[in-house]
This record gives sequence, C-alpha cells and structure tokens, in this order.
Amino acid sequence: MREDQQYRIPSGCAVVGILNQDGTRISGESIIRSIAVMHERSNGLGGGFVGYGIYPQYADYYAFHILYDHRQAVPVTEDILRKECDIVFEEDIPFLETREVYNHPYLKRYFLRIKREFPNEDDEIVRLVMKINSSIDGAYVISSGKNMGIFKGVGYPEDIGRFFRLDEYEAYCWISHGRFPTNSVGWWGGAHPFGLLSWSVVHNGEISSYGINRRYLQNFDYICNLQTDTEVIAYLVDLLVRKHGIRIPYLGAVLASPFWHEIECMPEPGKTFYRSLRIIYGGALLNGPFSIIVGFDGGMFGLVDRIKLRPMIAAWKEETFYLASEESAIREIAPDLDLIRPLRAGEVISGQVGERAHHGQKLTVSRV
Amino acid sequence: MAKSLLFPEFKIERDSNRCISCQVCVRQCANDVHTYDQEDDTVTSKEEQCVGCQRCVTLCPTNALQVDTKKTGFRPNASWSIQHLRNLYKQSETGGVLLTGMGCDQPYRIYWDHLLLNASQVTNPSIDPLREPIELKTFLGAKEEMLDIDWNHDFPVVKTKLAPQLELNLPIVFSAMSYGSISYNAFRSFVEAAREVGTYCNSGEGGLHPDFYPYGNNIIVQVASGRFGVHRDYLQVASAVEIKIGQGAKPGIGGHLPGEKVSSDVSRTRKIPEGSDAISPAPHHDIYSIEDLQRLIYAIKESIHYEKPVSVKIAAVHNVAPIASGVIRAGADIVAIDGIRGGTGAAPLVIRDNVGIPIELALAQVDERLRQEGIRHRASLVIAGGIRSSADVIKAIALGADAVYIGTSALVALGCHLCQKCYTGKCNWGIATQDPYLTKRLNPNIGKRHLVNLMRAWAFEIKEMLGGMGVNSIQSLRGNKEHLRAVGLTREEMQILGVKPAGEGW
Repeated sequence: MREDQQYRIPSGCAVVGILNQDGTRISGESIIRSIAVMHERSNGLGGGFVGYGIYPQYADYYAFHILYDHRQAVPVTEDILRKECDIVFEEDIPFLETREVYNHPYLKRYFLRIKREFPNEDDEIVRLVMKINSSIDGAYVISSGKNMGIFKGVGYPEDIGRFFRLDEYEAYCWISHGRFPTNSVGWWGGAHPFGLLSWSVVHNGEISSYGINRRYLQNFDYICNLQTDTEVIAYLVDLLVRKHGIRIPYLGAVLASPFWHEIECMPEPGKTFYRSLRIIYGGALLNGPFSIIVGFDGGMFGLVDRIKLRPMIAAWKEETFYLASEESAIREIAPDLDLIRPLRAGEVISGQVGERAHHGQKLTVSRV
Repeated sequence: MAKSLLFPEFKIERDSNRCISCQVCVRQCANDVHTYDQEDDTVTSKEEQCVGCQRCVTLCPTNALQVDTKKTGFRPNASWSIQHLRNLYKQSETGGVLLTGMGCDQPYRIYWDHLLLNASQVTNPSIDPLREPIELKTFLGAKEEMLDIDWNHDFPVVKTKLAPQLELNLPIVFSAMSYGSISYNAFRSFVEAAREVGTYCNSGEGGLHPDFYPYGNNIIVQVASGRFGVHRDYLQVASAVEIKIGQGAKPGIGGHLPGEKVSSDVSRTRKIPEGSDAISPAPHHDIYSIEDLQRLIYAIKESIHYEKPVSVKIAAVHNVAPIASGVIRAGADIVAIDGIRGGTGAAPLVIRDNVGIPIELALAQVDERLRQEGIRHRASLVIAGGIRSSADVIKAIALGADAVYIGTSALVALGCHLCQKCYTGKCNWGIATQDPYLTKRLNPNIGKRHLVNLMRAWAFEIKEMLGGMGVNSIQSLRGNKEHLRAVGLTREEMQILGVKPAGEGW
C-alpha cells in the first residue's frame, strides 16, 4: 500500500440514493443529475456510484471491480483469482476519457464463480477480497457483490459518472457520493462507495469511534486496511446483518443507539432489547457525525448519527424511494413528491424491492 | 540506650511569635511529636518521631507550624541515596523487614503523563456536555458475543439471558480497602458515597461489618488467601465477588494487617483474635494452578447461584497478558489488574518499590492480547494503581480498560496526606487507624460528601474531554487508542502501548 494510502481521511460529503421498489431499472443519468446539484458539497477529490441490477446477464456470479495502480499487479492478482475461482468473463471497465478525469488507474472487472464447494461462499469471497487488498501491492477490489457494481474515482462525482459512462447501465437502485476530504490525498480506492459483497456504503461524516470499531471487528476477523471510516461501517453492517442476524430496521439500535436515559423510559420488550444490544455491542456503536446510505441486494437504507450532526432526508414518489443529503438533490429529479421528511437521530429508514413503498406512513424506525 | 543513628526525616519550625500554646498540635499528634511544657508555657517538638502527615500544620489555628522534609548534611552520593542510608540504619538497628504504606513512590516512568488526548476540530464537531447528553454508563461483566433474538413478534424479543453485570454510572470503582486497614468511618464514607454516586466499593479482604450489609447493592466483596470474614452471607449480600490473587503494591505476597489495628470490632468482622497480626498467605492454599482457580471461581459462582459476576484481581507482573487470558478462560467475568503504583495499608518496602510493572503497559498488553485471542468480550477489565485524576481515568479507558479502581485518590479526598505510615495504625487523619480517639476525626458524612464531590467533578471533566473528542458515549472511547498520542516515549514503549507518536495523524 502506498504511503499516502495509509492515512485515514476524514471527510464531509454529499450522498444520494434512488430505489425503485417496483424493480424498474433506470439509467445512471438521473443520479448523475441529482448528485451534480450538490456540487458544492464535494471538492473534486472523490466521487462514486453504485448500481444494483446492472449485470443481469451475470447475476449469479460475483462481480469484481479491480483497480490496478500498475500493470504488474494484474498477473499476481489474476493468479490468486484463478486459484480460487473460475473467471466466467473478464473485461476492461469501459470509460470515456474526459478532461476532468485524468490519471486514472487500470480498471478491470471479472465475473467469478468459486471453484470448490464451501458451506458459506460469501465468507470465502470476503476472505479473498481481504487477501488481495492487504497482500498485493497496487491491486484493490473495490466491488465484490453479485449483479451490482461500484464505480468510483478522483474527481467530482458527475465527472466520474460520465467517465464510467453510467448512462449506459441500468439499475433498480443507484447510490452516489461526492467527497470533500480534508486533505489532498487523491486515491481512487479511497473514494466512496465502499463495498463488500453486495453491501455498499456511502458516508458523510467522520467516525470518532473508529479506533475501537476497528479493534472490535478484529475479534471477528475483519481486517480494516483501507483506513477509511466507511470501510468500518461496511464491515459492521456485514457482521451485524449477515452474521448476527440483526434486522436492518433495527440496525440503528446498535450503530446509533438511543441514550440510556431514553432506554430507561421505554416499555418492555423494547427496554430489554435496546439495553441488551447496547451492553453487548458497545464496540460497534458508531460515534461522531455521520449520515450514511447503505445499499444491499434488493434495497437500501439511510441512517444518521445519535444526535443528528449530519443531514439526511427521505422522500417517496409512488414506488420510488429517495435518500439525500439535501432536498434539492431529490427535487432535481422528482419535483413532485408524495412525501418528504428528514431522518431523525439514530433512525433507520429502509426500502426494498418487492415491498410496497412505505411513503413514510408505516415506518419501522429504530427510535421509539 | 544509645542514640539512634536514624536522623529525623522532617524539620518542624514553630513560629514563636504566632504560637499561642493552645496545644492543638499536642493533642492531634498520635506520634507524640509535640509536648507542652507547663512551666515555660511553651510547646517543643521531637522531630525524630514526625512522619510528615501535616495534621498539626493543617489544624494549627495561628499557622505557627511548618513541617518540611529535613535537609541532611550527608555528602551527596548518587549511588547511596538518603533513603538507602536510612533503610540501612533502620535495619541494622531492628533486624526486620522494612514496612511501608501506600503505593510505590519511586520515580519510575508514569506513562499517563506521556499520553495526550485528542479533540475535534471542524470536520468533526465537538459535543457540548452542557447541551447534549454524554454517557458514562458502564457495565462490568462477561458479554455474549452475539444475541439470540426472536424477530417474529411485533417487536423483537431478546431470548439470550445476559451474563450478570455490574451497572456503574461512571467508570470508577472505589478500590479494595479492608475494614481493619481503614477505619469504620472511612469504610462508611466509601459505601455511602458508592451508593449515592451509583457505583461500587470493594470491601477488601477484611470481611464486611454487619452495619454495611444493607449497602450490598453497592459492594464488591473480596475473597483473599486469608479468607478473613468469608462466609455464605458475606458472598450473597454483595453485588460481585472478587478473588484477590495479587495486589500491585506487593505482588507475590499476601495481605498484612498489623495486630495494632485488630480492634475488637475488626476481630469480630475478620473472625480472628483481637490484636493478632492478620497475615494472609502468599498463595491461596487451594490454588496452586489455573485449574484450581477455575474451581474456586465456580465454587463461588455456585454459592451465589450465578447471579453475580466474579472478578479476579491480579497484580501487573511481567507475563500479565497470558495470565489474564488464563484467568478469563478459567471463568472470571471481570479481571482487575493492579499496577506497581497501587496502594496498600502495609507492605514490605522492598517489594512495594521493586516488584511489578506499571499498569499502563500491563493494560495495553492485556487488552491487545485478549483481542487477538478473540476473548476480550468474555470479561471486563478494571485497572488500578496510580489513577490520580480524571485525565488518568480517560486515558485508561482509551487504552482499553472498562473501568478503574481508585484507592489513593479517594483516600486523599478523605484527608490522607500520603505520609505512608498506614501500617502503624496511628493515622492522624482517622483513616488508617482503629484508635477511637483518632477514628472519630473522620466524620463519615463529610467523608462521603468529599468522595461524592470528587466523583461528580471527575464525571464533569470526563464528559468535557469526551465531548471534545466528539464522542458522546464512553463506550466509543473504550480501547480507542486513536484518541491517544505519545510524547517522549521510546519506539518500544509506544509499540507496547499501541499508541502512535504525537504529530502523527490518523
């Protein structure tokens, strides 16, 4: 890992997500328009997108997007991939050379199938991603889920979107991020979204509990080597949801838990529930200012910190669910909304394909 | 008898213009330093007997007294310090082991003073404790790795029954100080303060006076190698039971209570004859291995029906990390680690000053080791030994402690002046004595108020520092070494502490 990649870079940011709960796939054009409205929330040092449902022809294979700092890393990485997986299809990620985006790394994508049978293929993929990212100099797996892909780089998000020709992809869920890092390290792998398996996380904020979250994750064999807050959030979500079975609407109870004085006043069984989660998952509590959008296979959710130090607003228009840092970003692409309301501190608002849009009426929220 | 070679340690200056011969100093000094001469109407002082406790200086109504360390005329010698010479004279005259009280006073590096805390600027707003809640609530006990939750209800129901926990309003517990080593009034100050603050006080190894049984919800009782005052009710009344294996002031040996301090009340509480020395054996004679410790832990758990956590207290010694790991695997819910600067009511001087390691290093190593082994959640870590301020507390938390024990700081709040003579039973401040004439000097109501004030003040300060770091729950600082930076330490020390040098960013 390069010297300038070993630092954790706190950042402020713009985030936006669009989810069509009826499963309709739309091109990346509208998300680019939406994030462009929040141009002033980024500073040109990072932008990125994630689209879910973009690879229907390879939906059963793990889609790896790998970013190579130099070509020497390619054969080493591909050796590792071939050892563990069949590469069903591979190609350079298509891009459009533009004036705004330059000095880009070599970008390649692979569609993989694990060779041997494992009780849990996802765990093997996580292990493979960690292995490549931590052991190969100059190769970074930035996306590793099925039927989804992360596209990110150094530049303003709208420029990055055009660079990757996102108008040519169709997804039922798009999430985007514009970055305002507080130092000048510009590294493509450090941009958001951050992904692991089908999880993708975009994040506006800084996690002041980073040190302990990272050490807590070590207990469960997650190695945080990208030194970004966002990486920690992605691993925590993976651990809590995939391994510990916490339901997404209740993630706020762990990641941005209610205060003890609030818990004391709750009726049972809520009291025991929140109290137990706080006692057991103290190391997973995220502190500091943040608003995050997390995408997953079939949906997305938004969450803000315990005392709402960063903005996030949710909106619904028919079967489309929006989350964004600013209302303007949503109004840009959907001027007439059925309902719009800000997220409360510690609240999870989620939407999934297949369930009817909630329109904010019957929300499962983590705060009572 | 020939005049002793022992020279006075302190110089007493009495301003005769100010002294009104009121004899307060005469009455206050249990060491009989001051004598009133009726004929001359003057007070004279025997410096040889002064221990420098400053009681007379503090109480002198006209500020006529000044007690200073005495400058000696010895030729300066870097190798043979005054302390060494003094000890040699004393031992050649008595032929005994030198005793002392309180924690190690030698100038070993104090790592707290080489660690600096972080604060938020711009990218991460600091939080104002006057306007936003900041949480210090702490739970001590084993934590499950994950919960079994039944999601098939309107609201999820937790099916896992959590291991027993101690619930603290702030991550500070009053350390083990036995009734016997400290007075009834001092003990009462602690239990009442613990109840008011919402924390716990440790009984030490001297049993529990019947008057304090109603305070069981705020008491951790200790089972040490001497088993003084240990019986079923004693175990069952407490909130937690602590097995004391070692103590930071005297690793490798057992507790000492000189017979001078074994009054009739203490003898009843400890179940030992009045006036007899209570010397605990160095090891527990039923614990010769880790398996034996496991057996004792479970014997105690059986007797308290697995309803309360069991703690094991060990001294910080060279191999502390694997020891702590073994203790947790043997079933301890809490591991208390006491560093070299931990206090005592009586210990051999040579052991107090030369055995053990600083708690900061032990803590960092234990925490890291337990995380590597993936068993950090199976027990809470409470550390002790030289916590002097709220800054030390917060640094300890950031280094990985769940809570800290405070002994010396709390005694100072009760009036202790660190004269290190606790073992004589002549504490002029009424703390480390059983002499009724002396113990009544400590009013438990005032003592309690001082302790509560101290905890309140520290809680405010901790909240300010946490808020400054942009953290609104102490849970997010626990083990969060990113908020610590080191100054003036060697690379090895920083590596052992797991802390980056000041100046290095994230």
